[in-house]
Amino acid sequence: MPINILMPALSPTMEKGNLARWLKKEGDKVKSGDVLAEIETDKATMEVEAIDEGVLAKIVVAEGTQDVAVNQLIAIIASEGEDVTAVAGSGGASAKAQAAAPVAPAAAAPVASAAPAAPAAKANGAGRIASSPLARRLAKEAGLDLSAISGTGPHGRIVERDVKAAQAGGGAKAPAAQGAKPSAPALTKGMSDETIKKLYEPGSFEEIPHDSMRKVIASRLVEAKQTIPHFYLTVDCNLDALLAAREAINAAAPKNKDKQPAYKISVNDFVIKAMALALQRVPDANVTYTENTMLKHRHSDVAVAVSIPGGLITPVVRKAETKGLAAISTEMKDLATRARARKLQPQEYQGGSSAVSNLGMFGIKNFSAVINPPHASILAVGAGEQRVIVEKGQMRIANMMSVTLSTDHRAVDGALGAELISAFKELIENPVSMLV
Amino acid sequence: MSTPYDILIIGGGPGGYVAAIRAAQLGYKTAVIEREHLGGICLNWGCIPTKALLRSAEIYHYATHAKDYGLAIEGKVTFDAATVVKRSRGVSAQLNGGIGFLMKKNKIDVIWGEAVISKVGEVVVSAMKKPVVQPQHPIPKGVLGEGTYSAKHIILATGARPRVLPGIEPDGKLIWTYFEAMKPETFPKSLIVMGSGAIGIEFASFYRTMGTEVTVVEVLPQIMPVEDAEISAHARKRFEKQGMKILTSTKVVKVEKKADSVVCTLEDDKGARQTLEAERMISAVGVVCNTENLGLEKLGVKMDRGAIVTDGLGRTNIPGVYAIGDVAGPPMLAHKAEHEGVLCVEAIKGLHPHAMEKTMIPGCTYCHPQVASVGITEAKAKELGIAVKVGRFPFAGNGKAIALGEPEGLVKTIFDAKTGKLLGAHMVGAEVTELIQGYVVAMNCETTEEELIHTVFPHPTLSEMMHESVMDAYGRVVHA
Repeated sequence: MPINILMPALSPTMEKGNLARWLKKEGDKVKSGDVLAEIETDKATMEVEAIDEGVLAKIVVAEGTQDVAVNQLIAIIASEGEDVTAVAGSGGASAKAQAAAPVAPAAAAPVASAAPAAPAAKANGAGRIASSPLARRLAKEAGLDLSAISGTGPHGRIVERDVKAAQAGGGAKAPAAQGAKPSAPALTKGMSDETIKKLYEPGSFEEIPHDSMRKVIASRLVEAKQTIPHFYLTVDCNLDALLAAREAINAAAPKNKDKQPAYKISVNDFVIKAMALALQRVPDANVTYTENTMLKHRHSDVAVAVSIPGGLITPVVRKAETKGLAAISTEMKDLATRARARKLQPQEYQGGSSAVSNLGMFGIKNFSAVINPPHASILAVGAGEQRVIVEKGQMRIANMMSVTLSTDHRAVDGALGAELISAFKELIENPVSMLV
Repeated sequence: MSTPYDILIIGGGPGGYVAAIRAAQLGYKTAVIEREHLGGICLNWGCIPTKALLRSAEIYHYATHAKDYGLAIEGKVTFDAATVVKRSRGVSAQLNGGIGFLMKKNKIDVIWGEAVISKVGEVVVSAMKKPVVQPQHPIPKGVLGEGTYSAKHIILATGARPRVLPGIEPDGKLIWTYFEAMKPETFPKSLIVMGSGAIGIEFASFYRTMGTEVTVVEVLPQIMPVEDAEISAHARKRFEKQGMKILTSTKVVKVEKKADSVVCTLEDDKGARQTLEAERMISAVGVVCNTENLGLEKLGVKMDRGAIVTDGLGRTNIPGVYAIGDVAGPPMLAHKAEHEGVLCVEAIKGLHPHAMEKTMIPGCTYCHPQVASVGITEAKAKELGIAVKVGRFPFAGNGKAIALGEPEGLVKTIFDAKTGKLLGAHMVGAEVTELIQGYVVAMNCETTEEELIHTVFPHPTLSEMMHESVMDAYGRVVHA
């Protein structure tokens, strides 16, 4: 029997993904464990592996196809002894085993390049959105885009009440005013692509389509700024004790046979640990706001913004309050490396209650960060630098670092936010206290 | 005290026993407390035994009309009231036993007696004080008895009982409720039915078919007041043709009991009075919730117009106390109770069900002709200010209906003119109670007229009329 390769779901919520690259060609022999293709989702790139042995008879969905629905047929593998051409031409899904005529070595078999592309991938790549007929009609009349509406029906189906909620400005996933009815209080959308492009001389720019990461960044940050009432708290932290401790800790790191130290703790590792402990000291701030309840988290899952080519991603250091500095450091290095390779699993960057974003390495003195939903806060960390400070009426030089906490006022009020950032400051200025 | 239950359900009717089965499916340790009969009124004194009686009436009707179908029956077709009733009770007994089996199969404890919620999380069960309705089905084997039981969640599913009008109290001899009407020793020669809701009109139809002189007295201007006016008028015409007397906008102001008859004084909406004598009278003026002697007042459970107030998922204002079915308010229908029971238990489990959409609960009346409906009536749509498209299709235009010898009836559909949403469907005629579900599914899937028009209905069936009615609403009817 031919083996159908389907679009895998890389996470329980994944509905579609992009087929980034085929690593095997039609006609290539594959064995179990071979990487066939790379699938790109919002934030990660994952590999599709062959489970059985055979010949890649047909690629159904071409490389570079966007928004391929989960479980859609993407390729067909002919099992050993099957006629590759016949399998390729059989069209997949209901493919029946063909007469097992002996076949020449597979790689040499004529590959059915003429096989018409399966109807699977639609020209515009739009996946099917489950919606009731009435919901579709109402959305069309209201000028609402179904892809911008969250479904609450069976299996996430969009039903009448969802469209009505979206019309009333409630249920839309993202800004959803297309028809721009004057009465609809839906969030306003920016200028259209065409309007913007007209402002520039034709040919004076290169146009690069958004990849899925860019789309997610755009929609998440718009969501954050439009739905989360942010406010900001800034403090300066004296790093003298921390830098001394860091030097001592790193100097004491055991070395392996190549004389490489087992760990090298960074200032950011201290920041993660201090944030995690601060959240434990001020548990009311270790929360997530939902429409009806407050999720009070037991552990400090601290997300860390990692800049990667083409965007950023925020892997989460789970239960960071329970981990030592060396453990955090090692974990962060691993997460960052895999993030840059876009190899993170969805569960490694979803969830968390707070985040740390550090632009100190660029010499940024101070900035305020956008909260990454569903977090209730984010700490923006500036550069550690020598500044003149005044202490007991005397000027002296100290290593200082400014940090700004952005918090979701729905969940964390002013005084509570101040408590959190004070706890952070105390920990970062007295790193010894992180040991207890 | 026994080990605590997760869920304790007071009342083993269609709401209670279905909720119990769902709870057991979800892994909850569950018990049902019942004082009289598993299956409740529905199975023992309502929905089911009346269907058995009406089936006898239907067969009798066909037998006496055999020549319409080219058949001859030698001799006279007769009936014996006691045997007809015996069959009905037998059907009920069989199903009653079936519920006992389902409880056992799902490992649900049955506790026999009357329950009082002594405090949140605790129920005291004592032996039934007043005599139960006879004939009583045997008490299931292996039930638990009197005692104190505890549970995290207590669901009230105590149902309802016939409403009693002052001065016209049923006595079980001359003035009946559905209990006595269900098991008469003989069929009376004449009968007054007070109230023309589903219960009243089904008994009126049954007794009329069996030869009783029946007069229906309804205080509102139309019989079956919840139904669409057009459907009600059609049914009325048919009943009157069968020889039923119907007095609408008329109330019973006085009942005088004689040795073996009642004399009713009736008054119409203009104040004109008349008296009417009949052997028996059925009081079918609605039902009231069973909320008494349950400890609800002490707990402070919130009520409104006699029913327990819930949030659509069975939750009352007291955490840990829930109510489903008739006792949680109208519409008082077995299938509404069953569904509420399921939603209630699923909400307890945290499965986030959606609260029931009450306009999508169908209603069926098994008189001859049958009446079935779902959604809102044309009058209600007007009242709500919705512009509608209305489709109608008569049974006379349907091949199957004519072949069956049932050429009278109507299928009416009401659409929102703007959106094509199916707002309501109303039917009168043969087998419509079995047809209505097609529209109910359509409404739940939120289909518009377009999907219904594009659906292929099998030929020859009565269901083709459902298709035609939709097409009629959009000016595309074929066979009319």
